[in-house]
Amino acid sequence: MIVMTRNVRPITLSQFAIASMNKSSTYRAGLLSLAIFGLILLIWHLATLPVDHTIGGDSEYAKLMGGGETTASGLPTPLQMGEAIWKHLSNPFYDNGANDKGIGIQLAYSIARVLLGFALAALLAIPLGFLIGMSPLVYRALDPFIQLLKPISPLAWMPLALYTIKDSTISSIFVIFVCSLWPMLLNTVHGVASVRRDWLNVAKTLEASVLRKAFLVILPAAAPTILTGMRISMGIAWLVIVAAEMLVGGTGIGYFVWNEWNNLSLTNVIFAILLIGAVGMLLDLIFGWLSRLVAYQE
Amino acid sequence: MDAFLKVEDLSRLYRSARSEPLLVFDQVNFSVQKGEFVCIVGHSGCGKSTVLNILAGLDEATSGVVVMDGREVSGPSLDRGVVFQNHALMPWLSAEKNVAFGVRSRWPDWSRQKLAAHCQKYLDLVGLTGSEHKKPAELSGGMKQRVGIARAFAIEPKMLLLDEPFGALDALTRGLIQDELKKICAATHQTVFMITHDVDEAILLSDKIMLMSNGPRARIAEIVQNTLPADRRRDTIHKDPQYYPIRNHLVDFLVSRSKQFSSSDFPDSYNPRQPPLVKPGLVVADCGAYQGADAQQPAPPRHVDKVVANS
Repeated sequence: MIVMTRNVRPITLSQFAIASMNKSSTYRAGLLSLAIFGLILLIWHLATLPVDHTIGGDSEYAKLMGGGETTASGLPTPLQMGEAIWKHLSNPFYDNGANDKGIGIQLAYSIARVLLGFALAALLAIPLGFLIGMSPLVYRALDPFIQLLKPISPLAWMPLALYTIKDSTISSIFVIFVCSLWPMLLNTVHGVASVRRDWLNVAKTLEASVLRKAFLVILPAAAPTILTGMRISMGIAWLVIVAAEMLVGGTGIGYFVWNEWNNLSLTNVIFAILLIGAVGMLLDLIFGWLSRLVAYQE
Repeated sequence: MDAFLKVEDLSRLYRSARSEPLLVFDQVNFSVQKGEFVCIVGHSGCGKSTVLNILAGLDEATSGVVVMDGREVSGPSLDRGVVFQNHALMPWLSAEKNVAFGVRSRWPDWSRQKLAAHCQKYLDLVGLTGSEHKKPAELSGGMKQRVGIARAFAIEPKMLLLDEPFGALDALTRGLIQDELKKICAATHQTVFMITHDVDEAILLSDKIMLMSNGPRARIAEIVQNTLPADRRRDTIHKDPQYYPIRNHLVDFLVSRSKQFSSSDFPDSYNPRQPPLVKPGLVVADCGAYQGADAQQPAPPRHVDKVVANS
């Protein structure tokens, strides 16, 4: 019985009050979010009410314009949007040739490019960051290069990448690699360089080997900072992939947006925009969850 | 008999680009016998922590040598366990894993069971049974420092170095852990070198108290032999007639005499190779024989007059 109660923390009344308040405030925030969403839909609906083109009795013209269903601004109504979303999501993986692929396939291309470029950048940035962070000499030697290369827009590398690599897909992966590199590198350097002296001294006095020190002291100590860098990199990579795919074309969600703009299908463009947001949010959530895994409280 | 630890002519010069080089201490000489508990007392900036870091192998002396157990100290070693001022536990590891980190270094080929049992033994010793799997953030300040002590003891070092380990703890917790430390050290005959600011702590725990003069050019001004009986206890120690003479001697040094030593005008008889060994407890205990029961009373606070005189 004693053993059992040791691990059970009694909940005091005030703790319970805070917990229940948190619960009800979460609930209320959710309700408010729904209300705002409803309001947006309503405004959208009112703004895109169909205009009657048959006023002049020219029903032929109305038919040409889509059976009197065009809206004032050319934007879809919420209902049309909903239909489009349903259409795309109910069959995401069809492939009818170069310009007609399911949205799932397009997204998969983009995500694969981002993950590949990101992973390559991580493979370089994290070990290199470790090295730079542990050696003030290497840091000072490489700092001018980093400072020069960091502010370059990743897309500026595109022509050079296309010329040297001669493959649009690999070029876009390269651009993702370049843009993911800097935040991860700089955060790793910072995280490694600012590991508390005390912990390094502990490792020293306990005669930990270089590998044990690197993996059991420096890595866990710097992990939250490194992960923040990875999270920033992933955010930037997802921003950049859309632009990169608009440039190189062929496949991917960026290409999809550009293609639908050329088709003048604003419904599909808006759908793609929403999807880019959703995927970006999901990627960020994953990294948020990973950072909580490595976080520690001093 | 050769001393277990011998420190000879130690000095430390800090060079900086902006200001004059600073000789924090020089000609520091002392020795520690096996099983002895030695405290070093002195004002901030006299280089106590630097001396300890040199003993630990974390810092290097500008000149002089440290010899432990017949071998010169160069670089950190598992032979010397360090308890850091602010515990320095790794916050991502549980109490047990923090202790295990050192044990694994010491005995790399031990089985998992043997390792766990060894860590448990030392966690039990410092009274942390039941909190093994808690992270440092879930432990109180006193418990964190206990983990730090367990970590240092668990590698079974030849010598223990404590850098003001109880400075950040409240008085009650400090007293409790002092008692435990005293018990463990007595049971294991551990050789200990400890920095403290707390005069009472020094008297309770140590056999020898080294008084360091103010920096720069600090030295060991005096070594006070603690002549109180070895079985002294925190709750009765102040009733011993030797207690207040020793305490007053230490406070006196810290409040006024440490300053006099600072401007390198040491008395002619002073030899840095062999700082004077004093036994203030015995001196006044003799006087106490004449004064009878008055010896139980604290001696008049002589140092207060001197403070007024100096200021």
